[in-house]
Amino acid sequence: MNFEDTPQEAAFRATARAWIAANAPKQYEEELRKSSLGRTQLKNANILEVAKAWQKRKADAGWACLHWPKEYGGRGSSPIERVIWQQEEGPFGKLSGMFIIGHGMCGPTMMAFAREEHKRTYLPPLASGEKVWCQLFSEPAGGSDVAGLRTRAEKDGDNWVINGQKIWTSGAHYSDYGILLTRTDPTVPKHKGLTMFFLDMKSPGVEVRPIKQASGASDFNEVYFTNVRIPDHQRLGEVNDGWNVSLTTLMNERMSIGAGVSTGFPELFDYCSSLMLDDGPAIEDRAVRSKLANWAVKASGLRYTSMRAISALSKGERPGPENSIGKLVAGSMIQDVATYALDLQGAAGVVSGPEDAELAGRFQAMLLRAPGTRVEGGTDEIMRNIIAERVLGLPGDIRVDKDVPFNKIPTKGRG
Amino acid sequence: MNFDFSDDQKQLRDQARKFLAEKCSPKAVRVVLDGKAPYDKELWKGLAEMGFLGVAIPEEFGGAGAGHLELCVIAEEMGRANAPVPFSSTVYLAAEALLIAGSDAQKKKWLPAVASGEAIGTLALFEGKGNPSPKNIKLAASGGTLTGVKKPVADGAIADFAVVAARTGSGGRDGDISLFLVDLKDGGVEVKNLTNLDPTRGQAELTFNNTKAEPLGAAGEGWSILSQVLDRAAVLCAFEQVGGSDRALEMGRDYALDRIAFGRPIGSFQAVKHMLADMYVSATLARSNSYYGAWALSTNASELPEAAAAARISATQAFQHCAKNNIQVHGGMGFTWEFDCHMYYRRANAMALGLGSLSYWEDQLIDRMRKKNAA
Ligand SMILES: Cc1cc2nc3c(=O)[nH]c(=O)nc-3n(C[C@H](O)[C@H](O)[C@H](O)COP(=O)(O)OP(=O)(O)OC[C@H]3O[C@@H](n4cnc5c(N)ncnc54)[C@H](O)[C@@H]3O)c2cc1C
Repeated sequence: MNFEDTPQEAAFRATARAWIAANAPKQYEEELRKSSLGRTQLKNANILEVAKAWQKRKADAGWACLHWPKEYGGRGSSPIERVIWQQEEGPFGKLSGMFIIGHGMCGPTMMAFAREEHKRTYLPPLASGEKVWCQLFSEPAGGSDVAGLRTRAEKDGDNWVINGQKIWTSGAHYSDYGILLTRTDPTVPKHKGLTMFFLDMKSPGVEVRPIKQASGASDFNEVYFTNVRIPDHQRLGEVNDGWNVSLTTLMNERMSIGAGVSTGFPELFDYCSSLMLDDGPAIEDRAVRSKLANWAVKASGLRYTSMRAISALSKGERPGPENSIGKLVAGSMIQDVATYALDLQGAAGVVSGPEDAELAGRFQAMLLRAPGTRVEGGTDEIMRNIIAERVLGLPGDIRVDKDVPFNKIPTKGRG
Repeated sequence: MNFDFSDDQKQLRDQARKFLAEKCSPKAVRVVLDGKAPYDKELWKGLAEMGFLGVAIPEEFGGAGAGHLELCVIAEEMGRANAPVPFSSTVYLAAEALLIAGSDAQKKKWLPAVASGEAIGTLALFEGKGNPSPKNIKLAASGGTLTGVKKPVADGAIADFAVVAARTGSGGRDGDISLFLVDLKDGGVEVKNLTNLDPTRGQAELTFNNTKAEPLGAAGEGWSILSQVLDRAAVLCAFEQVGGSDRALEMGRDYALDRIAFGRPIGSFQAVKHMLADMYVSATLARSNSYYGAWALSTNASELPEAAAAARISATQAFQHCAKNNIQVHGGMGFTWEFDCHMYYRRANAMALGLGSLSYWEDQLIDRMRKKNAA
């Protein structure tokens, strides 16, 4: 049992480290290091521009999307090299937020299902951050129940005509392309009548309306489709096989282990180490210590769970559904941590403006962003279902609509 | 990075699992639980023959000379099987204290006897309420004898020798405590059995009355040795707790698949599924923290104190969580004496207290993290 690199891994790490030291936008390092969930902004720069520039620089030197094949803009690296890169990239990795969906989900789906010429055209600029992609799956009627979606695609000659609405689409307002899941046959059970496409977000008939989130920010959107035309060659996978295509997309998410999920614990520990309460330092208070210890072992448990997963990766094993625990544990933990950090501030905890709040309002920002973490990419409940069914082998939920044609499923309350 | 046990170590784990599945069935555990024997002598002998008792004891002292990682995988299986033997007292506490502080003669006398299963050892630390602390030690040493009462002492009634923490100075400082070795078969100690939460591992009260004792380690070094012993034992116990958590989860899962209510397996109800998923989550976090502890223990890393406390807390919580929800999944059946759920519930809650309670280790963890951050 050890944490040491193999000689090849060590050599790779050294090369990556040297390149990052020479090329990363150092002027933002401190600010990025201090940013946490809900507050990743740069005071004197547009973070999207800084992120795009960093991504482009990586791509030009062969450090973008490491595990992708070279001909599509990647480096052809092993999964473990990708993890090493993420470790070395450190706080600069926080600049990749806007690319996560494109790189983690859209790219791999394109790679598995797009035509060769499309892969060569679209993937390199996706890898280099010149083009940003979004994922158009969720709808008012289909979130957890993705297959309940109603956006229609109808064939018209060599084109498909799209009508309907997507929602919660992260980054749609600055995206160039998107992958889109639609219904092509409402007369068969819901999983069997779906088809996947990719499209240009500037196509006529696509309308993006930013949604103001509970946190006050606007990172996701409603997207309306009115007679949007998509050529058939932009179809991904077979007609009516979109469910299987989307499963590939979702499974690829799991490969994103290793970067480390944020739990809020290091921030809280730092805070308590310097905070003075009415009767002394917070860190010497019995109740505070107990809370901290409980979160400390969750945070370290997650850290070493991901080290175990990385070890399995380096032996060539594939990440399994057990990796769902990271988001499940971290999501509610960060929410609880933020709540507690504000509790420690007493009445002052209510002030959230960066100019007036403790620590520039980082815990307030965390608190307001945390609910989304527990919902995006599968809710806590869906994560527990995944663990129960795919790891522990318990029966699937009873699905009353499984064999019913989609257009015969009752629609009450479906938007 | 290879943050995992080696293939050989995994093989040893399989070997131990197979052996225990055969020799330590729930039925065998019940013989001790029902008070028909103080521990499973046959099993103890078998463990010695398999080389499990001396796995981390150097060859020159009669052990297998393998190491602590090997001991960790065996510990996990001891916990999974809920083994009714004085393994933790003898192997993690008494033997480790000897390994850390014993003279050559002391090691030669006791370690081969531990490895061969002839001698059961224990640590006599507690004196009633309270957690490990120099202040809580009143038992006094003078002129090579000990006077005072220790309780609870795990496996104290069946032990052949005890490592005893005694006061050799007058304050409450670390340096006022020294360790002693006492041969319990000499007859100088009065032993009383105590009824306890987990009868598969006995607890006793030991009364020392001018009892002859020999020093273990240098005078005044007792507390520093004890902290090392407790840290090591915390990691090893964590593996037992991880094994117990896994077993409790497995029992719950199996029952959920088997039991039908409202026309379907209860494991198809989401409330039950989610309860089991949460058990899996805590068992997994505990396992990962324990692996870190194992790494620190086996490499004698400076992180050991922090890693040990984290493993201890995480594994204690996981075992308690899995054991209590295993009963819940079993419904009324889970609350019968006949079903095995309560054995794990008992063990989980007894183990939560044995090396100092959760709140003690929470304190330790935060102190240690602060120290590390300051450094
Ligand atoms: C910040 C953020 C970013 C997002 N980005 C994107 C994106 O880029 N692209 C995209 O396509 N989508 C995106 N989403 C949508 C996200 O995937 C969905 O919100 C999520 O899957 C939940 O679906 P829903 O909102 O329809 O909730 P619902 O499915 O309506 O769920 C409501 C409640 O019911 C529970 N529930 C539902 N089904 C079950 C079940 N089977 N068992 C138990 N409980 C259940 C849920 O857990 C939840 O508590 C984003 C969401 C957020 C919050």
